[in-house]
Amino acid sequence: MKTNQEEKQLKPNDYASDQEVRWCPGCGDYAVLNAVKRTLAEIKANKSKTVFVSGIGCSSRLPYYMSTYGFHTIHGRAPAFATGIKLTNPELDVWVITGDGDSLSIGGNHFIHVFRRNLNCQILLFNNEIYGLTKGQASPASRAGTISPSTPKGSLESPLSACELAISAGSTFVARGVDTSIKQLIPTLIEAQKHKGTSLVEIYQNCIVYNDDVFSSFTEKSSAPNRQIHLEHGKPMLFGTDNSKGLKLSSDNSKLELVDLNINKKEENKILIHDKNNKTIAYLLAQMNENTMPIALGVLYNINKPTLDTYYTDRINEHKNEISDIMEKGQTWTIQE
Amino acid sequence: MDGNSSKITSQNTKKNWSSTVRFAGDSGDGMQLTGGRLTFEAAVSGMGLATFPDYPAEIRAPAGTTFGISSFQVRFGNGLIASSGDHADILVAMNPAALKVNINEVIPGGLIIIDTNSFNDRGIRKAGYDSNPLNDNSLSGLQVISADISNLTIEAVKEFGLGQKDGIRCRNMWTLGLILWLFSKNTKETENWLEKKFGKDNFLTKANISALKAGNVYAENTEISKDILRKVVPKVSPLPGKWRAITGSEAIAFGLATGAKHADLKMTLCSYPITPASPIMHYLANYELKNIGIYQAEDEIAACCAAIGVSYAGGLGVTSSSGPGISLKTEAIGLAVSIELPLIIINSQRAGPSTGLPTRAEQADLMQAIYGRHGEAPLVVLAPKSPSDCFNLSHQAVKIAIKYMTPVMILSDAYLSYASEPWLIPNIDEMEKFPTKFPDSIKNFQPFERNTSTLARNWIKPGTKGLEHRIGGLEKDSISGNINYDATNHSKMTKLRKEKIQNIENEFSNIDLNGSQEGDILVIGWGSTNGPISEVRELLLTEGVKIGHIQLNCLWPLSLKLKNIVNKFEYTIIVEMNNGQLYNLLRVKIAPKAKSVTQISGKPFRISYLKEKFKNIIDNGKLNEN
Repeated sequence: MKTNQEEKQLKPNDYASDQEVRWCPGCGDYAVLNAVKRTLAEIKANKSKTVFVSGIGCSSRLPYYMSTYGFHTIHGRAPAFATGIKLTNPELDVWVITGDGDSLSIGGNHFIHVFRRNLNCQILLFNNEIYGLTKGQASPASRAGTISPSTPKGSLESPLSACELAISAGSTFVARGVDTSIKQLIPTLIEAQKHKGTSLVEIYQNCIVYNDDVFSSFTEKSSAPNRQIHLEHGKPMLFGTDNSKGLKLSSDNSKLELVDLNINKKEENKILIHDKNNKTIAYLLAQMNENTMPIALGVLYNINKPTLDTYYTDRINEHKNEISDIMEKGQTWTIQE
Repeated sequence: MDGNSSKITSQNTKKNWSSTVRFAGDSGDGMQLTGGRLTFEAAVSGMGLATFPDYPAEIRAPAGTTFGISSFQVRFGNGLIASSGDHADILVAMNPAALKVNINEVIPGGLIIIDTNSFNDRGIRKAGYDSNPLNDNSLSGLQVISADISNLTIEAVKEFGLGQKDGIRCRNMWTLGLILWLFSKNTKETENWLEKKFGKDNFLTKANISALKAGNVYAENTEISKDILRKVVPKVSPLPGKWRAITGSEAIAFGLATGAKHADLKMTLCSYPITPASPIMHYLANYELKNIGIYQAEDEIAACCAAIGVSYAGGLGVTSSSGPGISLKTEAIGLAVSIELPLIIINSQRAGPSTGLPTRAEQADLMQAIYGRHGEAPLVVLAPKSPSDCFNLSHQAVKIAIKYMTPVMILSDAYLSYASEPWLIPNIDEMEKFPTKFPDSIKNFQPFERNTSTLARNWIKPGTKGLEHRIGGLEKDSISGNINYDATNHSKMTKLRKEKIQNIENEFSNIDLNGSQEGDILVIGWGSTNGPISEVRELLLTEGVKIGHIQLNCLWPLSLKLKNIVNKFEYTIIVEMNNGQLYNLLRVKIAPKAKSVTQISGKPFRISYLKEKFKNIIDNGKLNEN
């Protein structure tokens, strides 16, 4: 959208406010903040038409660090505020900043309904699988067995997957990234911003204080190429050093399976071509078990559907009645002088 | 500012007369519709009137059971008609259960019209009677017209091809025909209305008109009126102009919409379904007004948050609910106080605690409205006193919310939501306009810099170039709005937020004192208690009592000027439908010796009850506590 672009090219740091960033040194949020600023510079975002809306938690402090409009709201409710904003001014480019506790626990209801309605905004879910700002309790994204102040003998509950939830709630754009790989994250954010509808980008982000290294099995430099698959629409699902590994559908079409082309070259023609419009495959990608399969990153799913803000605006534009006329509708009677 | 009813009184010199009719039947019997028609007939005659629909919380409870009975009471006349009346002069009971539930609402010697069709063993048992009330003398002292209305109706509509099941649905029109005759009204207006509703040649129109006429003729032929109460409807002359009937819910919808128009703002009502607040959302959804929309959110919290989002983006955000929903919105309302954005919150109070009595009125959310948020989080609390006052006060609420950048809560209740009264349709072009000015550039812009007289900060729309800024629920620096945890700054901000709200007292500087300006007793009420209090006031004034009456419309900030008025009376009585919440507030600084008259029954005060309480205080200096 040209109207939403700045007249002159801004640098990433032009999108930074004058406020000192108050995250812990080494926090993964710094990398994400950096990626967001670089994304805005890349798309030439108009500062005055960009709004960052957040809930509560470490990640939700991000709006204070941007030089755009920003609204730090209450715990879990950012999508609801974003909805009011977009209904009133659909031209604003709204970024919702949230965490795993914020969106998957206290804000779970708003999180599912925003997808169902397809509000045109981006939701950046900083997932560190822990409550950081409240000092480290297990979150709904924490793995079973997580030791924390509230679960000293390990948590009993199974984690919730943000991407699986979003897909089943009717999301039109689901993507994943990691804080250690902002080179891949930036194009994902750009695509999310371009998408008309609710774009979820789940970003695995390391909490250095309360959940350090929880993602290291697939973020360590040495293991990353073999543990991450970066999806590209229309390209084969290959990963690993020399692209020697790939994904295929199991013989009963119920799940994805790993193919090692070094061992089984014959199966090359069975490697899936990524089709971001395919909801079933997106769902299978989102639910891959990280112990046996790579983590799917990039745009898992993307389809087009009318947005709530367009529907609403079109409806309001059809409203022509004047209140003074409505008051006189129905049964009235006149008393003469 | 009084309800429109008083405009009728002031023009009227004839002797006061009023009549109260109560229609009762199963939820599906069309009692609300029948009552509505009689209301309109009275309104067209220029009479003052007040209505009181009484619904059960159940939508369609099993037929013939006491808990499924819905009723509609209308009182009309040429005096001050500010309440729907203590007791009914006429009760229409469509089945035994309707009789059982409502028999105590009829005045001694009153008239009961009964459809005898279901007064058989089964119907009587279902209603919980041991014996048939028509034969066991339990109705002695009352006048009874009993007829098999069901069968008479079926006979009357047979020729239009309606079977027993559909034919019986017309019995509310049969009953209306009879009632109209009692009041010397012909059936013409209702016939026209039916033709408009179903179409002139529709068989339903013909059947209903036939039933209506049959009831009318039945009354004529059986000459039931001779000894009973055939009343000649008096002519009165209210203010000239175009009138309509209005409920509180409609008036709030109208008032907000007019306010948004006068503020030159797009408005979105963000709500979640709840009894008895939903009608406001339904009305606005159906009006299709320019620049006004509604958004049904996933829950009460989201509704309030979306409304705040609307205001943040430069629209007028409104959220409406009732007690349980308001409790859920509380945290978000606190944010709106903290970031200082306009927001309108409507609480149609119902009886609590918890789910309570969803269709019944109470005024027990006052403390919640004023103090029910964590931290020092003051906002404005307004209370309309009548359906027509709902219009004026909602309009004013919009102005205040914008002028002072604050949430405003309107405390309505279940009674005001459903009750209706005649309303002189205003010329909105003659009302005060307050177009919103959004700054497009400010030199050395600071988000929390304030207007020195209103203490309001600037309302900046996102999208405004050069004024980008960040706001949130963390404590803000008193000028820059940046996060600030400093102790002195927090004290300063707390004080500023308090002063800003206290200033709003000036918007309500004219306290409306009705009746005596000094003397024996001052009655202070708020909200829908206005009806019964006003009527008691008029009665006592004619008996020579020096009674003053204030119906407070601004409950927060409280005006200290009230104290000067309190000092002019020997006794002050606070009347409310709770355990004394306003009483406790006023005792602190304004009326330390006040007495409290309360009632928590889910029903409006009875005039007789209030009159007795007031007289006890005047005569004995104390309340009769029984």
